[in-house]
Amino acid sequence: MKLLVCVSKTPDTTTKIAFTGDNTALDTQGVQYIMNPYDEWYALVRALELKEAAGGTVTIINVGAASNDTVIRKGLAIGADDAIRVDAEGGSAYFVAKQIAEQAKAGGYDMVFFGKETIDYNGSQIGSMVAEMLDMPFVSYATKMDVSGNTATISRDIEGGQEVVELSTPFALSAAKGLAEQRIPNMRGIMMAKRKPLNVVPAVAVDEKVSIVSYALPPAKSDCRYIDAESMDELVELLHSEAKVI
Amino acid sequence: MVLIYASSPEGQLKKTAFEAVTYGYKVAQSLGAEAVALTIGNVDNAGVLGQYGASKVINVPAGGFDSGVYANIIAQAAEKTGANVVVMADDSTGKSLLGRVAVRMDAGSVSGVKSLPDTANGFSVEKNVFSGKAIASYNISSANKVVSVTGNTFPPEVVGADVAVEDGGITAPESRITVKEVSTVKGTVPLPEAELVVSAGRGVKDPGNWGIIEELADILGATTACSRPVADVGWRPHHEHVGQTGVAIRPNLYIAIGISGAIQHLAGVNQSKTIVVINKDPEAPFFKAADYGIVGDLFEVVPRLTEAIKKHKG
Repeated sequence: MKLLVCVSKTPDTTTKIAFTGDNTALDTQGVQYIMNPYDEWYALVRALELKEAAGGTVTIINVGAASNDTVIRKGLAIGADDAIRVDAEGGSAYFVAKQIAEQAKAGGYDMVFFGKETIDYNGSQIGSMVAEMLDMPFVSYATKMDVSGNTATISRDIEGGQEVVELSTPFALSAAKGLAEQRIPNMRGIMMAKRKPLNVVPAVAVDEKVSIVSYALPPAKSDCRYIDAESMDELVELLHSEAKVI
Repeated sequence: MVLIYASSPEGQLKKTAFEAVTYGYKVAQSLGAEAVALTIGNVDNAGVLGQYGASKVINVPAGGFDSGVYANIIAQAAEKTGANVVVMADDSTGKSLLGRVAVRMDAGSVSGVKSLPDTANGFSVEKNVFSGKAIASYNISSANKVVSVTGNTFPPEVVGADVAVEDGGITAPESRITVKEVSTVKGTVPLPEAELVVSAGRGVKDPGNWGIIEELADILGATTACSRPVADVGWRPHHEHVGQTGVAIRPNLYIAIGISGAIQHLAGVNQSKTIVVINKDPEAPFFKAADYGIVGDLFEVVPRLTEAIKKHKG
């Protein structure tokens, strides 16, 4: 089976967010970057498990500049066979989706994996866009997947529960917690990753339809008001008359 | 024209759908246009969407949820009604659909918007980014626009009466996905829609102690939630886990009991309007994000709070 895993580079979860250029760009100074956790922990690892069980190849794709190569090499160290980096400075979700679809079309993949969202722009759009561009069925927020031949049974998160669906390859899916367990690359994987192919390809031109005009930080939170553990009547009164939530 | 896709999990229109129609109606008003609602599949009482501002409701028959089929229907409905703005909820359905609909309609799209569009200079909407640590203002420059609306942000407003449900003359394409099973909790509001949430973590020490959490939730009419470690060890079901890897919520009231408040947990709950933290450790990081804090033993504080709410309600 030919499997494609789309990975993004995002600021680490604990990053303090600040902006520059009159609040028009992320201040990247001191920002630690990681592979988007949902891409790494769930999407990539489930793809590797499928390959280990039934054979095939796992290819990673990333859209970004050469500075993304460290994140891509980590994916290769965890076990992907090869990687594609579409050389671009980034753009909207649509821009990225277009690049991935362009490469995926040529590759003839059986499954295209995404994380459920990226932890930077929290858009959750690219998987759905790529699926449409490739005319593939798409299952979002997958928490469990069993594959038998070319048929997959997938559980996915819905409001207050789960939905179980069945479909045939080729398809696209986005991965949520439960789909797989995080793997830490070992020394052998890290050494082998250096020799695995990382193909850099040029981006295709896209007419952007969406742009970020400016950023803002959320309004500062007022200090916590401490209530004595004996005075729960007071808390209830505050929730009722001050916060007006009960 | 503004087209609103109203999702109907298990055939029911819920608050999420009413919020989307309220939002779409307001967008339509600002553009001097009409708001038309679309429902897909067997839906109980779809005409009720008229109350939230839809001038008519189109219903298209289809089987279980398949983003490819539903996106096709939405794009067809947009074309038939001449809609250039499509609105939907940022729920599990919207997350599967938004990008597909945008591609089909050659539209610019923004997910999880939290403001009405500013149409003074183009069409710009705000959205939370970096897991709630910042807000970005997006401008959509294409003629067609697709947005999904963050839940618990635009309360449903009744502005009219029920309207007729029409068959839009739209045929669903064949599905490539078979829905085998849908299992959801009954008798309680699902977490993403809940206005009141009582959540607990490792501080509860044993799943057998969960009774006091449920009693508090019951008396409040709240939905229960939990932190990641509690779901990971199987004390509570996976769908109750709130936080970055679990469900992201924004209730009016979030009561966190025995949860330290790791950044990954906060990422999923920091949009709550009011946060109450109960923890015996005065150094718990959660207090920094709290509106009201109680330092104390949860096994004493929680029953006391339950009693106080009983008294308040009585």
